[in-house]
Amino acid sequence: MALGRTKQTTVQRKRTIEGYMFISPWLIGFVIFTLGPIVVSLLMSFTDWDVITSPAWIGVSNYTKLISDELFVKALSNTLYYTVLSVPLGMLGALLLALLLNQKVKGTYIFRTIYYLPSVTSGVAVALLWRWIFNPEFGIANNILTKLHVPAVGWLSDPKWAMPALIIMSLWSVGGGMLIYLAGLQGIPRELYEAAEIDGASSMRKFWSVTIPLLTPTIFFNMVMSVIGSFQVFTQAYVMTGGGPGNSTLFYVLYLYRNAFEWFKMGYASALAWVLFIIILIPTLLQFKFANRWVHYQ
Amino acid sequence: MQSKVESFGAGKKQGSISRQKLIGNTLVYILLICGAIVFMIPFAWMISTSLKEPAQIFVFPPKWIPEPICWNNYLKALTIMPFQRFLLNTVIITASCLIGQVLSASLVAYGFARIEFPGREFMFILLISTMLLPGQVTMIPIFILFKNLNWIDTFKPLILPAFFGGGAYFIFFLRQFFKTIPFDLEDAARIDGCSTFGIFAKIILPLAKPALTTVAIFSFMNHWNDFMGPLIYINSLERKTIALGLASFQGQYTTDWHLLMAASVVALIPVLVIFFSLQKYFVEGIALSGIKG
Repeated sequence: MALGRTKQTTVQRKRTIEGYMFISPWLIGFVIFTLGPIVVSLLMSFTDWDVITSPAWIGVSNYTKLISDELFVKALSNTLYYTVLSVPLGMLGALLLALLLNQKVKGTYIFRTIYYLPSVTSGVAVALLWRWIFNPEFGIANNILTKLHVPAVGWLSDPKWAMPALIIMSLWSVGGGMLIYLAGLQGIPRELYEAAEIDGASSMRKFWSVTIPLLTPTIFFNMVMSVIGSFQVFTQAYVMTGGGPGNSTLFYVLYLYRNAFEWFKMGYASALAWVLFIIILIPTLLQFKFANRWVHYQ
Repeated sequence: MQSKVESFGAGKKQGSISRQKLIGNTLVYILLICGAIVFMIPFAWMISTSLKEPAQIFVFPPKWIPEPICWNNYLKALTIMPFQRFLLNTVIITASCLIGQVLSASLVAYGFARIEFPGREFMFILLISTMLLPGQVTMIPIFILFKNLNWIDTFKPLILPAFFGGGAYFIFFLRQFFKTIPFDLEDAARIDGCSTFGIFAKIILPLAKPALTTVAIFSFMNHWNDFMGPLIYINSLERKTIALGLASFQGQYTTDWHLLMAASVVALIPVLVIFFSLQKYFVEGIALSGIKG
């Protein structure tokens, strides 16, 4: 009996060591690249530091400065504007496409490829393409508008239209969300539809009573990810507009980047980063909290 | 009673396709085709511009088919900027990160999925919570760290983190996958005297090839397209990646859209090749992430 117990402890101990060894890359990385930096970043946000001279402790000054910082307010409202429009529109578009593709007509595969392709291409090349598309004189955006007898617009050179241009551009990438919805749709058991049909449900009824409720986990996931993503937009703003015209596309992360790497205000930038964290956290937590009310899990 | 089973794909199932369904299908088709055209227009526009002579670009309304077709634009675009250099740099960074992420994420995921050890649940929750942290919070201190190591303007800051677990998403994804492999395989191997690492290398990894491929693909895409990382850490021209190079040549070539578009097309080609040849991994990867999430 004593023998058995010792043996087990040895194996247990072996497993413990092995377990930690296997996760050690992450654990070490966590300390160096996550935990450490979190602490340093928090401390930094209470200082005034330009990297060259030594940091000066200024308490919560950075945070109080934020409120009166015009650019901060602009950056935040720009980002919110973008989020409030691009997320719902994107989710709707993705859902629509997924529903269409789920009808199982011929050529689903080709359509799926076509719709997903734009989201695979991303980054600078795409930003440049869309900059060209929105060129006020020679781009096809205005070409299409004039063909529809709608007055042409300044797009990226017009403070009123620059953000809408970026929102339109974001809709090109709904393919990713579409795939997620498709997977969600295909996860709905057919029996539920058949049962509804037996009860004489029309297509509309089936949609609202079976499809949508069972899709809510997918919708929820998409919503959380989309909101988090839209708060962190950077490349488009940097490459296409530089935040202009007139700061109309000054996204939050672009402003943060400038503070840190162009103006070397590390302390202030760190404060900005922490505020971003809170700003992302609140809607995420709220979404999770209210999920109980409307998300159905099987 | 007519069979109401929905027709799949080619509609082999008989049972009368009612008129209503036919109209419905046609409508779906029309919508899908219109949408497909709209989605492909930007690409077509990109290629069209890339093959035009400069004179033909600044024309309104724009012509779609360039005459003449200037294949030469591509040659010019790739030689005016040191594109080969950019390509090489991007390949080095992307390949290294890919290897690092696949290896370390699978090691860590295996630990979380298949080994019972005290504190595992706590560690896992810690891992998950890091997903909520925006990169911007840790970005500045990490930059300072690398600056103090004198690693600025090298590839090291971009590659090194990939070897330390490769990111919570991949670890989570692989862990879910590893959990689905039956334990009997492991037990059998242990009886044969296989070590834990042996089980990992010889049994789990081979079985996980699809999941590993998916991780590799997404790792590739992330790093190939990465802009902010290289932007922060790379300064000198000969170390720039394609993304960075394209962006910095924009200033010079805003009027030379034909060259800029040509360079952009070339920048997209590797991504497209990977996508078309490994499409199913993309689709399954995304679908799985949505389901698990």
